[in-house]
Amino acid sequence: MDPAYITPFVGSISNVFETMLQLPVNVGSPSIKNNGAPTYDVSGIIGMTGDVEGTVVLSFPTATAERAVTLFTSMELKADSEDFADAIGELVNMVSGGAKAQFTGKSVAISTPTVIVGSQHNVYGRKDMTTIEIPCSCDIGDFNVEVALLMPAAAPTDA
Amino acid sequence: MKVMLVDDSKTMRNIQKGILTQLGYEELEEAADGLDALSKVGAFGPELLLVDWNMPNMDGLTFVKKFRAQGGSAPIIMVTTEAEKSRVVEAIKAGVNNYVVKPFTPDVLSERIKETLDRCAAA
Repeated sequence: MDPAYITPFVGSISNVFETMLQLPVNVGSPSIKNNGAPTYDVSGIIGMTGDVEGTVVLSFPTATAERAVTLFTSMELKADSEDFADAIGELVNMVSGGAKAQFTGKSVAISTPTVIVGSQHNVYGRKDMTTIEIPCSCDIGDFNVEVALLMPAAAPTDA
Repeated sequence: MKVMLVDDSKTMRNIQKGILTQLGYEELEEAADGLDALSKVGAFGPELLLVDWNMPNMDGLTFVKKFRAQGGSAPIIMVTTEAEKSRVVEAIKAGVNNYVVKPFTPDVLSERIKETLDRCAAA
């Protein structure tokens, strides 16, 4: 996958967490995710369609997700609450939307989010897509963003 | 002032409610998508609407077009992750008065609300 499609996610993760949670994020080096490796316990998933196709997964350990949701909503919500899933969905929505806006010249639509809560689950994308894992850490713990996008012919520009 | 919040995320509606309450707006109505909003605007009579774009059942842009087609004249602020210039232009053409890109700070939403109401009052 062209790095030009990963860079927008790096910026978007930091922007969303700093703006909505007042939480600076250290974004690590992206790497190819091995097939079958489990994500964390809580995953928010967004689909992209149009000139760029694929999925974006924002995945947290339960404790980190609960702390993130508390900061986001100003309420203590446990992982089995419906409102907890709603908050995780909105976070992945903002991360994906912020990245998509930087795919200059591409017409891309994002789906409404799906949230999975369950210990050490796997999220499998399309077989023709490589999943890139972006490790992130912040004061409330570690989390990942996993991006699997079908490479279009041309990369986005910085215009 | 009556304000309607149209967003499929309860979390986002709660965040917006908190900001609006701090600004002194207490007559608030919520809708979970465009269809839900259309069914409520008649009875509620909003004087300002904050509308998300991507929602199930009926998206925000379709709602705005239908609301305007029905003669709805209240100012509308689109609050969305859709940040591309082409999207902003599309929304303005559909009848949106102002635009806030998520994520946003309380200050940005507050300023945009004031700016929108001032502009509409002067028109």
